[in-house]
Amino acid sequence: MIARREPSPLARTTTGFLFVAIVCWIFADIAISTSDPWREFGLLLKGIVTPDFYATNSLGLALAYTLAFALLGVALANIFGFGLALIFHSRTVRVGCAFIRSIHELFWALIFLQMFGLSPLTGVLAIAIPYAGIIAKVYAEILEEADQRPLSAVPVGAGRASTFLFVRLPDAWAHFRNYSMYRLECGLRSSAVLGFIGLPTLGFHLETAFKEGYYSEVSALLIMFYLVIATMRIWMKKPLLPVYLIGAVIVLPWGVAFSLSNIIRFLTEDIIPYPLRAGGENMMSAFGDWLSLLLLDQALPGMVATIQLTMIALVATGLLTLVFFPLISPLLLGRAARTGGHTFLVIVRSTPEYILAFVLLNLWGPSMLPAIVALSLHNAAIIGHLIGRYTETIRLRIDAAKGANRYFYEVLPRVYRPMLALLFYRWEIILRETAILGILGIATLGFYVDSAFADLRFDRALLLILVTAMLNICVDSISRSIRSRLRLQTTLEQR
Amino acid sequence: MKFRTLLTAAAVIAFPFVPAMQANAADKFVFTAIPDQDESQLRKRFDKVAKYLSTTLSTKVEYVPVKSYSAAVTAFRNNQVQLAWFGGLSGVRARGLVKGSKAIAQGKADPNFETYFIANASTGLTLSKEFPKEIAGKTFTFGSKGSTSGRLMPEFHIRKAFGKVPQQVFSRVGFSGNHSRTVALVQSGAYEVGATNFKVWKKGLKNGTIDPKKVRVIWKTPGYPDYNWSIRGDVDKAFGPGFAQKVQSALISMNDPDLLSSFPRASFIPAQNSDYAPIKDTAKKLGLID
Repeated sequence: MIARREPSPLARTTTGFLFVAIVCWIFADIAISTSDPWREFGLLLKGIVTPDFYATNSLGLALAYTLAFALLGVALANIFGFGLALIFHSRTVRVGCAFIRSIHELFWALIFLQMFGLSPLTGVLAIAIPYAGIIAKVYAEILEEADQRPLSAVPVGAGRASTFLFVRLPDAWAHFRNYSMYRLECGLRSSAVLGFIGLPTLGFHLETAFKEGYYSEVSALLIMFYLVIATMRIWMKKPLLPVYLIGAVIVLPWGVAFSLSNIIRFLTEDIIPYPLRAGGENMMSAFGDWLSLLLLDQALPGMVATIQLTMIALVATGLLTLVFFPLISPLLLGRAARTGGHTFLVIVRSTPEYILAFVLLNLWGPSMLPAIVALSLHNAAIIGHLIGRYTETIRLRIDAAKGANRYFYEVLPRVYRPMLALLFYRWEIILRETAILGILGIATLGFYVDSAFADLRFDRALLLILVTAMLNICVDSISRSIRSRLRLQTTLEQR
Repeated sequence: MKFRTLLTAAAVIAFPFVPAMQANAADKFVFTAIPDQDESQLRKRFDKVAKYLSTTLSTKVEYVPVKSYSAAVTAFRNNQVQLAWFGGLSGVRARGLVKGSKAIAQGKADPNFETYFIANASTGLTLSKEFPKEIAGKTFTFGSKGSTSGRLMPEFHIRKAFGKVPQQVFSRVGFSGNHSRTVALVQSGAYEVGATNFKVWKKGLKNGTIDPKKVRVIWKTPGYPDYNWSIRGDVDKAFGPGFAQKVQSALISMNDPDLLSSFPRASFIPAQNSDYAPIKDTAKKLGLID
């Protein structure tokens, strides 16, 4: 009898997740419900190749607003995030940061819309707050992992401030700058998407044009958006930053006023559960009904759908990554083919998954399928890019196998661990996006949050947002424990 | 050097928040409208109305576009707009949130508004006098979640006919966002059945955006009160005594067919809050307002 080998922990985890995803898939609603999806797709393609830059009123202004929200939001997030990173050893700060980043910027925007209305503050804070939470965590990790050797050269008696400024900071600064650039790219995507709920950015016009089927206008808006992101490294120069920030402040319409009383009313009345606000004799039993209606009829089905979609999208992302990373890997493809691969991956990952899902929903009708495809395409393009770049550092033996054998026996085993690390790292990000896709009509938590906002029931909205945040924090901690158990590490450059 | 950049940035960012905190003086009168149809045309339609009101009221009047019904209500509540073209339900909600606000005008058709249930031709359904129970099990789309003619009234009739919530009646329930989109989705077959505002339906037939061979009306609801112009109670204080009255007469005397067609209404007539009591009751019954 041949002794069976124990499966490796990596293999066990992989099979486990595959199994969960398959079960979720069996129960998922993945129908294409439009009767003629390809006709609409044809119209979309026709629109894409005939962009119309004059169709949108004040396209330039929408672009300027998109940039302004992103620049100010990310700048503020950097300032606060940096400050918080310095005191990240405090448990309160760590938990606080985990909490603010677990709420998606669209949810933040929906909340701030109630307090500040369409004032630019809504857009700037919606980006700044969750990003500050993310940046604090990443900067704290950068400081922690920074080169410790210069510390040993510090003379005895040097003050803490000067040690920090002259020894620890210089090493971390380059990482901060790189990361800020990446955050700015994310900020631009977020800023565009905020238009979907009414802020005057590119997304505002994009949503309208899509809904009405003006695909040439859609094409023009998307091209503008890609151009801004693709040229970011050219226009984003450090000496110009103050100029941009001042420009951003000037261009935003601060004239939209809001009053303190609105903010106070929102915080002290609107978000208090209705039965408690209304008072009366049966207050507590009414509150019990309110809570059970929300938790059982909305939060629970919303959570089930959110988790279901997340698990399918996570595994689909993994499978797609296996296809995407070879597109830019010098071990597997020639230079010309790789250029095509790079272009493809850049376009797919620059498109916010929210917009991708929106497009597919319009083509296929409302089911989980558009969301699954959008989430896995976007995330697989990001991970595929990172893994593809990672393969550039792999040196194969000169007589290594070629073709499929090289892929399966030489490359895949070497990249599988970093790939899983990245997948688990993005698990929580996928979950955040999944919840938000509910706003588009898929019955995840975001659907119920959006409905509560549509009914102007902010007490319900807030409770559901808190449930979403808790779910995020749970998944984040599960992911962290899996990563540490399997010793999966992501490098600084990959966050 | 780097810290100086950060400090500059901080100062620059903090600066505008100071003046923004102060409330807006009553230098311009701002209004909005629920985005109920043809969103890309909203600005074109309502900028004309703003111009008309500017001239008639001799005050600077501005239109602000919003993306959703609830955003229109919120803007009204927060005094970022003082006047709004609401639907029945959004009007009830808005006036419930702003003390002293009142409905001042409605379209001529609004006291007796209708919802049309429409179906893709492939369903084989045709116009019937009775509520078409055959729609059970099909896919169905409402308009916006906060719409009167696209959500409240159709949901009321569906629940009355089946004694169940729409999610249990149909195989799939969607919210298209607005009325013209509902028509487009049912016409394309993305949904088999939908409910839309009869004014938008008639306008689409006239413009030729509706193909009667692909989509048809299968049932018409009994009439109910719908759209209205509502104004905040504090405008007289901000814009001078009798201002609400002046706005009301400006709306009612609007007779340019080009302006009216953007609503589309034949003319405007006076309205009062009590006209919308049936809407409020229905919304309470369905649990859409507390």
